[in-house]
Amino acid sequence: MKKNNWKGWLYLLPAILFLGVFMVYPLVDVFIYSFEEGYNSSSQTFWGTGWYNYLYVLHDPYFIQALKNTFILVLITVPLSTLLALLISLGLSSIKKLRNMFQTIYFLPYVTNTLAVGLVFMILFQTTEYTDGMFNFVLSLFGIAPIDFIEGPYWAKMFVLCFYTVWVVLPFKILILTSALASVNKNYYNAALVDGTRPFRVFRKITLPMISPTVFYLIITGFIGAFKAYSDAVALFGTNLNVAEMNTIVGYIYDMLYGDGGGYPSYASAAAIILFVIVLTITCINLLISKKHVHY
Amino acid sequence: MEDTRSHNRAKAVKKIFIYLFLGFWALLVLFPFYWMILTSFKSYGEYTGEVVPKLFTLAPVLENYFFAFDAVPLLDYLANTLVFTLATTGIMLIVTVFASYGFAKMEFRGKNLVFTIFLALMMIPNELVIITNFVTVTNAGLRNSFMGLILPSVASVFYIYLLKENFEQVPHELYKAAKVDGTSDLKFLFKVMVPICKPTIVTITILKVIECWNSYVWPRLITDEEAYFLVSNGIQAIRESGFGRENIPAMMATVVIISVPLIVLFLIFRKKIMAGVSRGGTKG
Amino acid sequence: MKVVLENLTKKFPGRGKTSPGVTAVDNVSFEIPDGKLVGLLGPSGCGKSTTLNMICGLEAPTDGKIFFGEDEVTKLSPELRGVGMVFQNYALYPHLTVEENIRFPLENLKKEKKLSKAQMKEKVLEVARLVQTEELLDRKPAELSGGQQQRVAIARALVKMPKVLLLDEPLSNLDARLRIQTREEIRRIQRETGITTVFVTHDQEEALSISDMIVVLNNGAVQQMAEPQMVYDAPANLFVAKFLGTPQINMFEGRVAEGKLYIGDEAVMAADGAKDGDVLVGVRPEGFVLDENGGLAVELNSVEVLGRDISIVAKHKAFVGSSLRVIVDSENLSMIGNGQVRFRLKPAKVYLFDKTTEERIRL
Repeated sequence: MKKNNWKGWLYLLPAILFLGVFMVYPLVDVFIYSFEEGYNSSSQTFWGTGWYNYLYVLHDPYFIQALKNTFILVLITVPLSTLLALLISLGLSSIKKLRNMFQTIYFLPYVTNTLAVGLVFMILFQTTEYTDGMFNFVLSLFGIAPIDFIEGPYWAKMFVLCFYTVWVVLPFKILILTSALASVNKNYYNAALVDGTRPFRVFRKITLPMISPTVFYLIITGFIGAFKAYSDAVALFGTNLNVAEMNTIVGYIYDMLYGDGGGYPSYASAAAIILFVIVLTITCINLLISKKHVHY
Repeated sequence: MEDTRSHNRAKAVKKIFIYLFLGFWALLVLFPFYWMILTSFKSYGEYTGEVVPKLFTLAPVLENYFFAFDAVPLLDYLANTLVFTLATTGIMLIVTVFASYGFAKMEFRGKNLVFTIFLALMMIPNELVIITNFVTVTNAGLRNSFMGLILPSVASVFYIYLLKENFEQVPHELYKAAKVDGTSDLKFLFKVMVPICKPTIVTITILKVIECWNSYVWPRLITDEEAYFLVSNGIQAIRESGFGRENIPAMMATVVIISVPLIVLFLIFRKKIMAGVSRGGTKG
Repeated sequence: MKVVLENLTKKFPGRGKTSPGVTAVDNVSFEIPDGKLVGLLGPSGCGKSTTLNMICGLEAPTDGKIFFGEDEVTKLSPELRGVGMVFQNYALYPHLTVEENIRFPLENLKKEKKLSKAQMKEKVLEVARLVQTEELLDRKPAELSGGQQQRVAIARALVKMPKVLLLDEPLSNLDARLRIQTREEIRRIQRETGITTVFVTHDQEEALSISDMIVVLNNGAVQQMAEPQMVYDAPANLFVAKFLGTPQINMFEGRVAEGKLYIGDEAVMAADGAKDGDVLVGVRPEGFVLDENGGLAVELNSVEVLGRDISIVAKHKAFVGSSLRVIVDSENLSMIGNGQVRFRLKPAKVYLFDKTTEERIRL
């Protein structure tokens, strides 16, 4: 077996090279950056080490805004999208006709370019000089006055962002939940039927426990994904998210790194590490909760 | 009897309610697509003349499509994206197949340690490493080049993990049988392992193609010359400067052109893609 | 091609630094004559598969030498030895058709041995005909029955006309009926080709029925090598006696004194040539004859009628083990009463073993 020694390494070499340069090294480097105070990207010099970058980021009103936006987005879209996906999947699994068609339609957003469809959402929601847009037209049928959802009040913009986010993340969740529901052994349902169990009880006592690992998987990945929200916001409100008050943590990182306010990799690194710590904490909490509640 | 009938009626009502609910959400999903196609066929004058948006058009026009190709280098964006997608996916596949094979079938000292490190890397979010990568690529003078676009995204720990698991399911006897026949490791990999694990490789390819076609953040960081823009960046440029924010029908025509390739691909390989995604995990 | 193993030893390193490791094959030497079908027989973990893998070249021995004919092949890799191997689960490539599977080894031939497409086709057909699978050539392995898969696996192993054919538990994945059919098939193919063949099995019936020679292995060491009937009729030691034969051989505590063998207090037969002292006595179930004046008296437990035979389950205070079993002709049914039954022993079916070395004591 020793003969294979160097051969094995040869097979791994490309992966190790790429991961080393673009993952392991950056991982070390980002921590170094985050502690280098006053780093200048053109001269590549800094004047000290310490926690200054973290303090700066944590006191930056733009970061606070991004933090707030991200948390609101996460807290609204993760439960909402999971619940909606669950309802839709349950609906799908209880019908036979048109099921394939519905599944195909629901999956469409997954294969579309977030930026491109974001533009469509923008024109559906925005008001211009000549039209109030489709969504306002629908609202007017209920007697509600037009609102500019793209450049108007904060809550209106947040509403569109949440709506679009849910629209974008649902396909994946529906797909995963539908296949989880399909894999529940039919014998359980037949047994429940023989016992005369009522549908809601069947759901609560049989279906939900059986798919609970999947649900928790979706919640955990949902949290991680939502915390990294960025391109949805760009699609709707453009790249200047700080001005639109719609920036997210990831958006803040990129803005710090590059663009008009950019050139501060140290601040970006500190913000990235703060984001990582937040995501890690939330994930750990999720895992702890799921250990208690998942029935497997 | 009365009981059964009312029971059946309740069931029918429930069915109708379910279909209404599913239909409503299907409408919500489809409407943006319908709207973008519809708008792309409305003339500029017709669109701006509608104070109340119309759900149909009686005079569809193609001028927006001509204008879209004319006013912005849309073909270049598409070509760039195609090159980027094919090259990234291709290199990624080679790297992934070799690494997975090394992990699954080779015996060498340190393998388990390296694999553990790989697994640990799976938890590292892209945001954490993108900063240094930006600096690395910039310092290497690879901004505004395909190399700079492609290289950082060719190694994926998750795909290696996925394929390695599949490779390990191939019975070791096949490997031994091939050894008895004098098959080289490389030949065994491409003649036996890869064909057997084709479903997983297809899955990985699909996921990567979708990811590449839609990728926005890294290209945005690393390119500012239009000649290297991918569709996402092109869209963003159009949105912010292109046709102004005025010519919405032309903008929608662009969006349609950009969305169509993936949607067509999806409609052709619907079953494979959906099975692949549900096996493969998360987006992005 | 004759195959010679010389002091073959295989040690597997233990996990961790303190673990001593396992000796799977311990100083094994034997010679397989040219053109013979030889069965390596033993319980699981006895080292038979490791031995086969070493003959094949998939595993390198820690010590010892392997010769094919006069050539030493110990350090050669499998493809240079000219061996064909059939694996327990057949190891057919699932994505290739039967034809492609059989052809696969031919495609690896290089340089002067390289074959044209037509030559390959011809060879594949020839070997497919030999194993009677020519009508299955277009199918995929998943579309074949277990027996058919087995034939294809044999065809693939034979297509290069190997000097030695190796089969690892070739019948264990088949059901009982197919097993008998397939083992005759293997026997026929081996006769027709005349290729020296070694197969591994834990099933004694399989080994006894088709082998020219049987090598009984235990704990990595050869216990006995002989023709099938000899292994049964003249076991070399206690292990071989116990391992072969169903129902198992009956073991008694015995004693030799003044040329007589005693089981319990009674002399059961003559034992000329054995030294006085305690011995282990093995009696095959068919080694008992009902005889009112017989030397061995047992307590009857139950009688099972099997049709041609009857099986008597009995007790004896010198018996070692769980149940004493005797097989006699069913004609004797009327002679069996209740309580005590007396037997006379057939001397050829009685073996004496040394209590400490467990070696057979020849009379």
